[in-house]
Amino acid sequence: MTTTTAATAAPSYLSINNIEVIYDHVILVLKGVSLDVPQGKIVALLGANGAGKSTTLKAVSNLLRAERGEVTKGSIEFQGQRVDSLTPGELVKAGVIQVMEGRHCFAHLTIEENLLTGAYTQKQTRAELKDTLEKVYNYFPRLKQRRASQAGYTSGGEQQMCAIGRALMARPNMILLDEPSMGLAPQIVEEIFEIVRDLNQREKVSFLLAEQNTMVALRYADFGYILENGRVVMEGQAEELRSNEDVKEFYLGLSTAGRKSFREVKHYRRRKRWLA
Amino acid sequence: MQFFFEVLIGGLLSGIMYSLVALGFVLIFKASGVFNFAQGAMVYLAALSVVGCMEKGAPIWLAVILAFLVMVVFGVLTERIVLRRMVNQSPISLFMATIGLAFFVQGAAPLLWGNQPRGLDIGLVDEPIPYILDTFGIVVSRFDLAAAGIAAALVLVLALFFQYTRVGRALRAVADDHQAAMSIGIPLQHIWVMVWGVAGFVALVAGMLWGARNGVQFALTFAALKALPVLILGGFTSVPGAIVGGLIIGASEKLAEIYLPPLMQGVLEGNFGGIEGWFPYVLALVFLLVRPEGLFGEKHIDRV
Repeated sequence: MTTTTAATAAPSYLSINNIEVIYDHVILVLKGVSLDVPQGKIVALLGANGAGKSTTLKAVSNLLRAERGEVTKGSIEFQGQRVDSLTPGELVKAGVIQVMEGRHCFAHLTIEENLLTGAYTQKQTRAELKDTLEKVYNYFPRLKQRRASQAGYTSGGEQQMCAIGRALMARPNMILLDEPSMGLAPQIVEEIFEIVRDLNQREKVSFLLAEQNTMVALRYADFGYILENGRVVMEGQAEELRSNEDVKEFYLGLSTAGRKSFREVKHYRRRKRWLA
Repeated sequence: MQFFFEVLIGGLLSGIMYSLVALGFVLIFKASGVFNFAQGAMVYLAALSVVGCMEKGAPIWLAVILAFLVMVVFGVLTERIVLRRMVNQSPISLFMATIGLAFFVQGAAPLLWGNQPRGLDIGLVDEPIPYILDTFGIVVSRFDLAAAGIAAALVLVLALFFQYTRVGRALRAVADDHQAAMSIGIPLQHIWVMVWGVAGFVALVAGMLWGARNGVQFALTFAALKALPVLILGGFTSVPGAIVGGLIIGASEKLAEIYLPPLMQGVLEGNFGGIEGWFPYVLALVFLLVRPEGLFGEKHIDRV
């Protein structure tokens, strides 16, 4: 494991301390996950299917309860305040908003109506609202073109943009972005990540980003955490992770030792790392 | 020909009454994706509350306000006790819950206000309008016309509310996707209380009109059944659909009642009275085969 963690690099903004999440009172999904997101940074949460990435994000945004999940141990703090017991609405007001996996646009609302619902929790005047909307359209010019289309009839990329734009309408300090690359063409994925970086740099929005597409995520993120089976198994600066041999082999599919049988590799590495 | 128009207009106007009940269904379905089987029971509860308050000596305006409060409390309790526990459950579970709710209300309302049938006088008389009778020779009920006016106003207000207000938009958003609405901070609980309150108000209007026409009695709960074909015709998610559907059902069942039996008698032997009772359902069945989303319903959008 590397020694450089996000926590030592900058004061923590969002911090998750050793949380345990149980679904339906019996299914233990997160087994003590700790991570930090410093202000103004992009932190990537990586790992395979079922590793607990989405669950971690939902634990923060508190959407867990609607899925019969529960944080049973540990604490979650945002700007030094405990936020574990806030409703999603209160959390949005506090500046943390989640963009869900699979986009979840309101299919029968137009793109513009989708965006406007994002400002529901905000006490914005009509003029402010218009400004915010214009700003979002600036980041996503494509949405402006399609503003009058029903969201359900737009492309996957446009829907992803709509979902992010909708979150931006709440003028958040931090976005929990779940699997933005899901089901999108590589070009669109790049486009969306470019916008994420832009938002991060120009609007100072911090991101906690759950992603299976490790390669892309690590190119845009500042830090990375790798989850496996509900535990953080590795963490570090994005460049470090990118050059780490194990990560390369597992998640990037690159290896210096030539091609090996997948089965063999898995065994060998698993023993080396998790049993040690 | 005069007779034809008289039947047609009578049918259209009585269709409005169906529309009013259907409207309550549409509101709740739109905003929470719940098919509220208890809407008929709510109409009954609302009408009973008005009559009950009036029997206790309240003037009609006070009775209406009190009945509205009853409906709001009912909405709040429903949200607290039933819906809150059912977030993200399958639509069929929610539907089942509302069936339970319907039975509960049907039992509880008479307990609260007594179960004997009563009349309700809201100051509208069911008599022909002399002007129209003199000029066109057609009987148009003053009561029906007033009911239609009330319904039209109600629909206009609701349509504007859904399309152009922040809360209306949020209601439609919640209808589309509970979880996503939650994720952007729309408080589902408030939204549901609000929509049940609005549906309660619609039930109140419907209950008073139905009650004034047919008396406030248990049979009011069955008025809801006629709303089903209306919904299938108009679409479950469309406020204008509920109105147009009601008009079509009202007009077609009255016309069928008058003009179908002679035709059928030519082909088959027998007595063909009471067509009014089943015709709407047959019409609904045909619609289900041809256009399942209804005339104005939202098409289910599926991306492949």
